[in-house]
Amino acid sequence: MSQTVIDSQQPVQTAAQAESQWRLFFRRFAKNKLAIVGALIFCALLATAIFAPLIATHDIYEQDYNSVLAKPGNGHLFGTDDLGRDVFSRLVYGARLTLQVAIISVGIAVLIGVPIGLITGYYRGVWDEWVVMRVVDAMQAFPSLILALAMAAALGGGFYNAMVAIGIGFLPSFIRITRAQVMTVRNLEFVQAAKAIGASDWRIMFRHVLPNSMAPLLVQITLAMASAIIAEAGLSYLGLGAKPEDPSWGSMLHIAQGYLNIEPLLAVWPGLAIFLVVLGFNLLGDGIREVLDPKLKR
Amino acid sequence: MRFLVRRLLLAVPVILLVTIMVFSLLHLLPGDPATVILGQEATPEAIDAMREELGLNQPIVMQYLKWLGGVLQGDLGRSLVDHSPVSELIWQRLPATLELTIGTFVVALLIAIPAGILSATRPNSWIDYTSTFFALGGMSVPHFWLGMMFIVFFAVKLGWLPASGYVPFTENPLANITAMIMPVLATGLRESAILMRMLRSSLLEVMHADYIRTAYAKGHKESFVIFRHALKNALVPVVTTSGLIVAGLLGGLVITESIFSIPGFGKLIVESIYNRDFVTVQGAILVCALMVVMVNLLVDILYAVIDPRIKVGKEAEQ
Repeated sequence: MSQTVIDSQQPVQTAAQAESQWRLFFRRFAKNKLAIVGALIFCALLATAIFAPLIATHDIYEQDYNSVLAKPGNGHLFGTDDLGRDVFSRLVYGARLTLQVAIISVGIAVLIGVPIGLITGYYRGVWDEWVVMRVVDAMQAFPSLILALAMAAALGGGFYNAMVAIGIGFLPSFIRITRAQVMTVRNLEFVQAAKAIGASDWRIMFRHVLPNSMAPLLVQITLAMASAIIAEAGLSYLGLGAKPEDPSWGSMLHIAQGYLNIEPLLAVWPGLAIFLVVLGFNLLGDGIREVLDPKLKR
Repeated sequence: MRFLVRRLLLAVPVILLVTIMVFSLLHLLPGDPATVILGQEATPEAIDAMREELGLNQPIVMQYLKWLGGVLQGDLGRSLVDHSPVSELIWQRLPATLELTIGTFVVALLIAIPAGILSATRPNSWIDYTSTFFALGGMSVPHFWLGMMFIVFFAVKLGWLPASGYVPFTENPLANITAMIMPVLATGLRESAILMRMLRSSLLEVMHADYIRTAYAKGHKESFVIFRHALKNALVPVVTTSGLIVAGLLGGLVITESIFSIPGFGKLIVESIYNRDFVTVQGAILVCALMVVMVNLLVDILYAVIDPRIKVGKEAEQ
């Protein structure tokens, strides 16, 4: 009888609690100026990526050999590159690739890393201690860019392989963070209560433990997106990511490297774009962390 | 002592797993590794010879054990490009990378420690805001782009420093230092930002502790309280971060070395990938991963030296 009462009331309480927690989160977030700046930069990136065809002034593949390495002006807001392509339009379309990198590579890490961390952190035991965590330790021995380079060497270069490589590089940190959080949450009273009323392990893990372990994961997701953007730009700069004809900001830097003494501005724009977007994600991550843990606020 | 032994024992399976992962690299290649290395146009005889050279005709476990045996004796195979021993190639490239790593780390510490202390001891002041602003910027700027901007400004516009190239310190110390200033600064500024933030938040927490208030109440000077009491306790998370920074640096230097044409370890990896020299890639990545394992081991030991509670805590767990 008592079990029926708890079962029927629990979803109502959880929903109400969740709503007030989200409201509290947004209220605190709205007061954090730096986080708002970060969110605005993210929205600007999103809008640029979605409306790229409307914002771009030229075809990004159109080559104009009469206007090679042109300075800003004459119909080209940021000038042209070594093949006479419009730099501004390529930057605008580059926002799409940047957003793809951030979402897909971090998505890979979250989709694989979070369930592994959740299950190993919940069940613990020999598998967790001696297999999963040792593999995670071994993966962490490879600096992420070296791991991405190794994967690029094995799978071949290219934009999509670069995203997979970067995503795999982030796996260890997501496994660790989820596992650590789950190990704390699994001993809390509400989890014991769920066990006591006979909830299955899967239900406890995905309905109770995971939602209550999300806070540090949310911060990690935002900060990992910033790192993913820099990593992709680095790989593309080395010629192991996007192809030179793709408007990736890293590829644009790769091209600009050859013309630093002739047209340095060619290197300035994509670098500034990367800096601004990464700064946005970092501000957002910091903001979310401060909102979730007000002790961190100065 | 038990902590040290336990930590060393834990490193053994990790090192073994690292070797398995690196060994698997060649077998991750889509299709036959010999064909991938030589290209589709290679003759069947050439492919057979390459399979023989790489030992691909043997069972995979035998291949691994043979390779591991070689690794334990310092034999990382021979380059597929010029057939020189990979360990020799790595040995030749290591000094430039080590110099860059140490230089970057020194720059990071020289900026981060004073900035972190000033920022934490004067919260909400203009010093704090300025250093926090620079730290956020420093963390967000891609170091390879900063390197390019340095080349534009200091080499192309002002002509003060060479745009690229490397001269060993033993050959010409002055030329070596001038060539290393830009790469070390470009990478060090980002790392200093990460360290400074860590030191600031760690110090801020410590500065509110009771024993710090007691030290002030006893009439000690601010500098004495900071350096004698606060800094030592704030160092633990900073040491951990430093370990991670060194590990990350080894990866990040791959790009720095490519921008500034420094013949280091990272450039060797990139060149070998371009040349499809997978044996060299394998060897170089293995050495890099082992260096990271060693740095992490050292950090853990250092960690226990700085904060004896960690050692006691770990031993008490057993």
